[in-house]
Amino acid sequence: MKPFTTLTSAVVPLPYNDVDTDQIIPASYLKVTTKQGLSQGLFARWRYVSEGKPDPDFPLNQQKYQGAQILLAGDNFGCGSSREHAPWALLGYGFRAVISTSFADIFRNNALKNGLLPVALAPQAHKQLLAQVQANPAATVTIDLRSQTITLPDGQQTAFPIDSFSKTCLLQGVDQLGYLLKQMRRIEEYEEVRELKN
Amino acid sequence: MTNPKTLFDKIWDSHVVVDEDGAPTVLYIDLHLVHEVTSPQAFSGLRERGLRVRRPDRTVATMDHSTPTTGLELPMFDAQAARQLDQLAQNCRDFGVPLYDMDSPERGIVHVIGPELGLTQPGKTIVCGDSHTSTHGAFGALAFGIGTSEVEHVLATQCLLQYRPQTFLVNFDGQLAPGVAAKDMILALIAQIGIAGGNGHVFEYAGPAVRNLSMEGRMTLCNMSIEGGARAGMVAPDETTFEYVAGRPHAPQGQDWEKALAAWRALPSDDGAQYDRSMTIDAGKLEPMITYGTNPGMGMPISQPVPDPAGDSDVTRRASLEKALRYMELQPGRPLLGHKIDVVFLGSCTNSRLSDLREAARLIRGRKVAAGVRMLVVPGSENVRRQAEAEGLDRVFVEAGAEWRNAGCSMCIAMNGDQLAPGQYAVSTSNRNFEGRQGPGGRTFLASPLTAVASAVNGQVTDPRTLLTVSGDRHFQSAGHL
Repeated sequence: MKPFTTLTSAVVPLPYNDVDTDQIIPASYLKVTTKQGLSQGLFARWRYVSEGKPDPDFPLNQQKYQGAQILLAGDNFGCGSSREHAPWALLGYGFRAVISTSFADIFRNNALKNGLLPVALAPQAHKQLLAQVQANPAATVTIDLRSQTITLPDGQQTAFPIDSFSKTCLLQGVDQLGYLLKQMRRIEEYEEVRELKN
Repeated sequence: MTNPKTLFDKIWDSHVVVDEDGAPTVLYIDLHLVHEVTSPQAFSGLRERGLRVRRPDRTVATMDHSTPTTGLELPMFDAQAARQLDQLAQNCRDFGVPLYDMDSPERGIVHVIGPELGLTQPGKTIVCGDSHTSTHGAFGALAFGIGTSEVEHVLATQCLLQYRPQTFLVNFDGQLAPGVAAKDMILALIAQIGIAGGNGHVFEYAGPAVRNLSMEGRMTLCNMSIEGGARAGMVAPDETTFEYVAGRPHAPQGQDWEKALAAWRALPSDDGAQYDRSMTIDAGKLEPMITYGTNPGMGMPISQPVPDPAGDSDVTRRASLEKALRYMELQPGRPLLGHKIDVVFLGSCTNSRLSDLREAARLIRGRKVAAGVRMLVVPGSENVRRQAEAEGLDRVFVEAGAEWRNAGCSMCIAMNGDQLAPGQYAVSTSNRNFEGRQGPGGRTFLASPLTAVASAVNGQVTDPRTLLTVSGDRHFQSAGHL
């Protein structure tokens, strides 16, 4: 996993609530056995008017947002299916962070395990950020994970929450399985106590 | 005396392996269910690290998402899906995981076969790379969906890293009226709290209307917990639960059964146990529910008009509802009753069990699917299919003009070719009405099996109670038990 420390980038606004994982990546793109190549399917239903033909009205297809690594969506981003293909597709496309006011639980877990930072802002700050990036698509924000702050285009700084365990994993770029594997003796003891041995 | 505990507290506390400061809890997983779509990258991860599946005896795999529901003997029309199935078979062989494959008479939707085979039991922690794992909570288990990284964690260690969620008690007072079902209970809850209403929580469903549900009705209820934002939903086990589990292939037998039963009887929440949130719904006042929008929270009693976004002062919320109605091509303020439909889908992990099919067959018997409407009936498992055929339900559906299929997820997720054409409207007993979920450009009205059948017969969105009155069928006094 690529470490996440700081990120300064332009922002792509997608100001809808409840963007579900079926929109982030439709099920027809899930017949794969690797994590690669999923970015083609990212927002496929909204991104293309027909097979492979981009919809010029969709933000990802607009020149002004090319290269932006931060997605700004409405409340409850990532609801629905547990497909981890959603963060894989977002990362594959080039996003490193998603900003919302809240995230669905499974999506947040999946994102954090892959180095995609979910940033939940208070509704007021979220509203201000949306207005600022809509007024100026080239405006950038800076996310500093160590201090858990985001600097809006107008210079305003605001904090965001993240659990300390996920934060450490992201800063160091290590995945969470390593921690679990270190608990093996405790796991075996637990199984002995509960008489769950093979 | 120790503090009174909820059902959730009891299961969580007894599965804590490690609880260190600054890290999530290491939670033990009793049963891990696996399917073809969310597991290949997890098995690849094991190979890359040189790890084995630590407890293949606590792991069970099946094929359901992209499998065909016609002509199982034919090669799959979709080479990519076929490769994914082959990969699952290879992974199960390499890592010693039991697999219910395409040739297995027990194969079916993962959330249908778990309970059917007696793998799902009270008090267990159960996970699967599938958000509808919440279904298994109907047995008083703690069951929730996980991502593929977490699938790898469980394969490698039989444990997961989890923060303790909060608890949310949902009381359903009173009893359901005829023609109103478990599906309507959960759609009513989600319409009330919204699809993020349960984020960070585990639901416990309680109250007389829940007690009165069959196990299959409780599964429908718990299945859609995730559509209300909660990763898990639970019902305290009781005699209905024990009766369902007893004698199933993987259920405890003999002395083990007695021992298990004693433990299961201690699971229900203690008197005075505290929940972080709670609410009460009067089940007696519920009507059949239907969704009008593009998420399961956009639902309403079937007699109501489609809401008007113009009245919403929140800009983003208004834009979201406007977008949904534009996609659905529906007019605010107009009723959905009488809206023309093209397809009816009876199936999915929400409503594809034997009792769903029985109730649907009872309503459609002697009637016809309206001209121009296509109706698919897809049993949840091969076991359900055989039992339904033994009862002659398949013939009832076929004589009415419906298609009778083999088991699988089918048109719920539209990965296998069973899908809506662009612009078509469907009444579906599945769980998600997201844009394009049942096929690009397709539009979904979520409803109960009874509402689906009534709509199929009339070729338009129909309140099933109108057909119950006409038929005067006393059997439907029990429809609420669905």
